Amino acid sequence: MKPPQFDYVAPASVPEAVAVLAERGPHSRVLAGGQSLLIELRYRTARPALVVDVNRIPGLSDITVDDGSVHVGALVRHAQLERARFDDPLAGLFRQVAPYVAHPPVRARGTFAGSLAWAHPASEWCALAMALDAGIELDGPSGPRRVPAASWFRGPFATACLPEELVTGVRLPRPPAGAVAAFAEHRRTHGSFALAAALVMLRVSEGRVDWVRVGLANAADVPLRAVEAERLITGEPPQPDLLAQAAARAAAEADPPDEPHAPAAYRRHALATLVRRCLTRAVETAGAP
Amino acid sequence: MNVQLTVNGGTHRLDVEPRTSLADALRDRLGLTGTTLGCEHGVCGSCTVLVDGTAVRSCLVLAVQAGGADIRTVEGLAGEDGPHPLQEAFAAEHALQCGFCTPGFLMLLAGALAEEPDLDHDERRLNEILASNLCRCTGYAGIRRAAARAAAALRGDGAAAVHEPEGGSAS
Repeated sequence: MKPPQFDYVAPASVPEAVAVLAERGPHSRVLAGGQSLLIELRYRTARPALVVDVNRIPGLSDITVDDGSVHVGALVRHAQLERARFDDPLAGLFRQVAPYVAHPPVRARGTFAGSLAWAHPASEWCALAMALDAGIELDGPSGPRRVPAASWFRGPFATACLPEELVTGVRLPRPPAGAVAAFAEHRRTHGSFALAAALVMLRVSEGRVDWVRVGLANAADVPLRAVEAERLITGEPPQPDLLAQAAARAAAEADPPDEPHAPAAYRRHALATLVRRCLTRAVETAGAP
Repeated sequence: MNVQLTVNGGTHRLDVEPRTSLADALRDRLGLTGTTLGCEHGVCGSCTVLVDGTAVRSCLVLAVQAGGADIRTVEGLAGEDGPHPLQEAFAAEHALQCGFCTPGFLMLLAGALAEEPDLDHDERRLNEILASNLCRCTGYAGIRRAAARAAAALRGDGAAAVHEPEGGSAS
């Protein structure tokens, strides 16, 4: 249906946006890519008095890489990550995951930071942010702050962001050089949300896994990092038996809710399979035995 | 709220409510009803238009956001000397039946082929692009053929190559 009535402002800078939100934050919604907000408005599940469009703010559309981290501005679109060519293993992970986010016309507008702000449990980007210890950067009335992903996600569509705060970007620590990535997703149709998804980044050094991250999407009401599975593999030679064991452990760490098309047990089974596939593929890519 | 929309090269000053989508502004205010609205929540793609050269869902963009952008709709596709190669290809390959989704597919492909002129050489990528939009009549086979024919025509390859029977003795 048609969206409800709202006021609209398009601030020209972050301080301007922050000033607007400081005053009207609790009755506002921030518009970046709009590919989820417009849907919420159309379903009238969101009825803000004010929409704050941040698309006119310069300097938020860049992916920047420094020695220790990759910074994704609040207006970086999914399509930019799909074409990411910077020199870091993260670029390969972005390129693998992006095609699973909606369709090309939606990816042309929707943003990475917006996905994190929306916090859908099935979001691939949220799982990536969890697995890789992303820091979500905010600006607000009490100044800028950064919230680690581990304390960002509070539940479905719930985050640590205050109504007066604006997400300005996301900072991802760079994985160690030589790390490789794998991603796998199960969904009912091409355009469906993930029924379950897994992503793995790891590095094999002298025949042993010396660094590994495992992220899970739609495995609980928040994105998960499977730390016990990671612990099981770290320091060990990546033998198929161990990878299968770790995948089973990751699935055990999940807490998926029952859904009509996917009972919890089924989704757990799917997660174990997806994690095993990712681990196996990553180890193959790393060129280990 | 005032917004200046540049549509198919022409400029229009409009006073719209902030909640007006670009699709509604095009259809109800500018009379450009070639852009059709199916689902109105980003699923079907029938409202696809080009914004600054990129195919987007015009039901998921506010009209006030599109101020200053270069907007192209299906009405702007044909040139003075006749239909656009995509339109000719859709007719030749029976890529439509009821035609409701067709403007969306045309603009989707117009954007995709401008960015990737050899899109038809990558079957997976072409399928992925076409899966953005819903067509409930054709089963997509005709649309895929039309995309290939239009891509060849836009490259200047001529349409002949598309019609080579499989396994034929191409010289």
